[in-house]
Amino acid sequence: MILTTPFDPADDPADLGDEVLAVRGVSVSFSGRAVLSEVSFTLREGEVTGLIGPNGSGKTTLLRVILGLQATAAGSVSIAGGARDRKRPLIGYVPQKFLLDVDLPLRARDVVALGLDGNRLGIPLPSRKREHLVDEALAAVGAETFAGSRVGTLSGGEQQRVLIGHALVSRPKLLLLDEPLANLDPGSVQEVVKLLGSVANEHGIAVFISAHEMNALLPVMDRIVYIANGRAVSGRADEVVRSEVLSALYGHHVDVLRLHGRVLVVPGAGIDAGNTHDITVLPPPD
Amino acid sequence: MSHFLAPVFEAGFFESPAVHVALILGAVVAIVSGPVGVFTVIRGQSFAGHTFADVATTGGSGAFLLGVNPIWGFVVMGLAATSAMEMIGVQRPRGRDVATGIVLGGVLGLAALFLYLDTTNSSTTGASITVLFGSIFVIDHRTALIAALCGLLVLALVLPCYRMLLLSSLNADMAASRGVPVRLVGFCYLAATSLAVALSAITIGAILSTALLIGPAATALRLTKRPVTAMITAVAIAVAATWLGIVLAYDSFYWPPVGRGWPVSFFVVVLILAFYLLSGLRRRRQRPAPGLA
Amino acid sequence: MFSSFMTNTWIAASMVAVIAGVVGFFAVVRGSSFAAHAVPQGAFAGAAGASLIGANTLLGLGVFAVAGALGIGWLSRRGRQDVATALALVVLLGVGALFLSMSVEYAPELYSLLFGEVLGVSSSQLLPLGLLGVACLLAVGLCYRPLLLSSVLGDVAEARGVHSLRMEMCFLLIVAMATTMTVPVVGAFLTFSLMVAPAAAARLLTARPGRAVGLAVLIALLTVWAAVSASYVTQWPVGFFVGALGVVTYGLARGWAAVRLNGQLRRRPRLAAVTAAPVS
Repeated sequence: MILTTPFDPADDPADLGDEVLAVRGVSVSFSGRAVLSEVSFTLREGEVTGLIGPNGSGKTTLLRVILGLQATAAGSVSIAGGARDRKRPLIGYVPQKFLLDVDLPLRARDVVALGLDGNRLGIPLPSRKREHLVDEALAAVGAETFAGSRVGTLSGGEQQRVLIGHALVSRPKLLLLDEPLANLDPGSVQEVVKLLGSVANEHGIAVFISAHEMNALLPVMDRIVYIANGRAVSGRADEVVRSEVLSALYGHHVDVLRLHGRVLVVPGAGIDAGNTHDITVLPPPD
Repeated sequence: MSHFLAPVFEAGFFESPAVHVALILGAVVAIVSGPVGVFTVIRGQSFAGHTFADVATTGGSGAFLLGVNPIWGFVVMGLAATSAMEMIGVQRPRGRDVATGIVLGGVLGLAALFLYLDTTNSSTTGASITVLFGSIFVIDHRTALIAALCGLLVLALVLPCYRMLLLSSLNADMAASRGVPVRLVGFCYLAATSLAVALSAITIGAILSTALLIGPAATALRLTKRPVTAMITAVAIAVAATWLGIVLAYDSFYWPPVGRGWPVSFFVVVLILAFYLLSGLRRRRQRPAPGLA
Repeated sequence: MFSSFMTNTWIAASMVAVIAGVVGFFAVVRGSSFAAHAVPQGAFAGAAGASLIGANTLLGLGVFAVAGALGIGWLSRRGRQDVATALALVVLLGVGALFLSMSVEYAPELYSLLFGEVLGVSSSQLLPLGLLGVACLLAVGLCYRPLLLSSVLGDVAEARGVHSLRMEMCFLLIVAMATTMTVPVVGAFLTFSLMVAPAAAARLLTARPGRAVGLAVLIALLTVWAAVSASYVTQWPVGFFVGALGVVTYGLARGWAAVRLNGQLRRRPRLAAVTAAPVS
């Protein structure tokens, strides 16, 4: 069903919830080199979708296309049925790299407050409604305990939460995160993943997380968009993350090993794609 | 031969001893500024590089006041400024900016004081302007030659540490994990830069000191990513700009207003800007598509 | 020092401090201290040129300040910001050197433009200064939110429709406006010290942006009042006192922040690993 053609949203039988984002046939090239080819998928309300692919596969480019920051050679992106408009805060964005200097005179709650109206001219006038929205966002990401602390002194995981709060405070329909787990310690990774899962479930937001390694996201991931060589396949994890599918995507043989609930995608060594492989579990060393 | 070159080189250019000195000094400063400048641009410390030129101005006026040889003033002030910057925290990207700014503010305040005391004591008006906008033709040759040689000495000290410096400039964490004393290397680099800039400032003036440090290096880094090639290119550009500037300055003696000549600084700076912009054209033709942010 | 002929100075100095504090807040947050230094120093070259042709020095200041701001902004699109600033600065200084080489006599008022003089402000200059100040404040007020967002979270700002380069240009032009009004009072060299040091100190003393702006203004006012008084008494240039006080206030703020951080570290042990190690 999925092997060679790009995923057609109309074909999806499990049509739960409303479509929030539809990407159709998007292609992008730099200096003649195709970075994305005919990428299509949809994101739905309340679902966590992982954008998984090796480094350099075009994940950040795809996110920039969705944000309207990157021009496409072909294809379209539509949000909640309407055309994409950067001014409307329908998309919350948490970038991969951000540097919050230690001495920045901003508290965590100030950064979150900027998410409400940071793009509008003028000075923010204090209002009860504003404070309330900010408090809600802080509570949603579990940042109440350090809301009043200088944002530059927070740990990586705490800063990540603040940025998620910043993205959420304007009540977006879609939350994009570019490699949010890349620089976090394992404990923080689990916390952030849990948080993102609850954000999707409790607030009905479509969450799109890019990562080069999918295992951390498995507990909360509903669907996956797997991207390699500029092409993408989307669907449920058990449909997409299969040897045949990924081999077709990569263009060379790839093994998918499942071990104790974790998934390993391993480049194969030129074996026929049709073979099934027995997985031998070695006993732990004494 | 002289007929052929007459339009370019005005009469007496090659015979003038002042020109000889200027060409030599200019070349030496360019050779020193090239490699030091490349590291400065890589490390994003152009502000510090410029600060040292203003620091040198202050050191010079302080030395004037005390009746001491200006070189001591430049050296002492340079090292003091480096230490202060280091203490405030010049290693972090944003912290570096503020640290340099605070130090520069204090130093320029001192410059104001020194020059004020100087003018009230010795009634030499225009001293401040001369120090700031000093030109290559108006220096004491002996001092200048000593200064230039010291500049070469600084270079000789810096180059052996090239590998450590490069690694810690490009990726401080990786350098630290390989056992490079990043902070110490940073401090030594800054001290060396302050000396190099101070020495170039007194020979060719504060304006040119900054221009030759930053401009050619930035241009070279746009043309090549390999450090050694960049350093050589930077030196070539700096020497070309300096010599061409000297030629034009000499020629301008006959331009309006006749008899005075335009300053070397002006020509060299314009040339450096021109080279920088030209290198940009070449880059844009090679990479037309927008890169990722 | 409170006689009538000093009134102009007190008024001008206070106006300057308010503007410097407000603009300085953003200069420090954006890490644009170099630009805050380069624009005034380049503007001075314009003043020199103006006095050469007998034009109003304030006009010369303004033209070169704007030229510097535009130059930095334009060059920044093509390369690194600090390189752009250095190049724009040296070009302006080179042109300034050209003007100075052509002027037959040396105008004493140029000295005050460099380092600031207590009696450097005439009554006729107060109105344009005031208008420039109000324009500056309005511009900062208008750009406050997008400028702050763009300074702190550039990528996110882009996604929200706030162009980084556009904001950079706006900020630089605001600096140019602020420069034109501060240089006649404090001098070209120390204009930026009044912008950088109070704001740098303020941000160490409070974590709330609104309060940081207010503190920066307050510290700038105190600095300038002390500097003018000291300059009146000793006849030494105002600029010297501004620079020296800048170092002192920043040092005090650092000390206070270090003491406070020690207290915080004991209360929140989780932060110890993050803040104790030097960040390189």
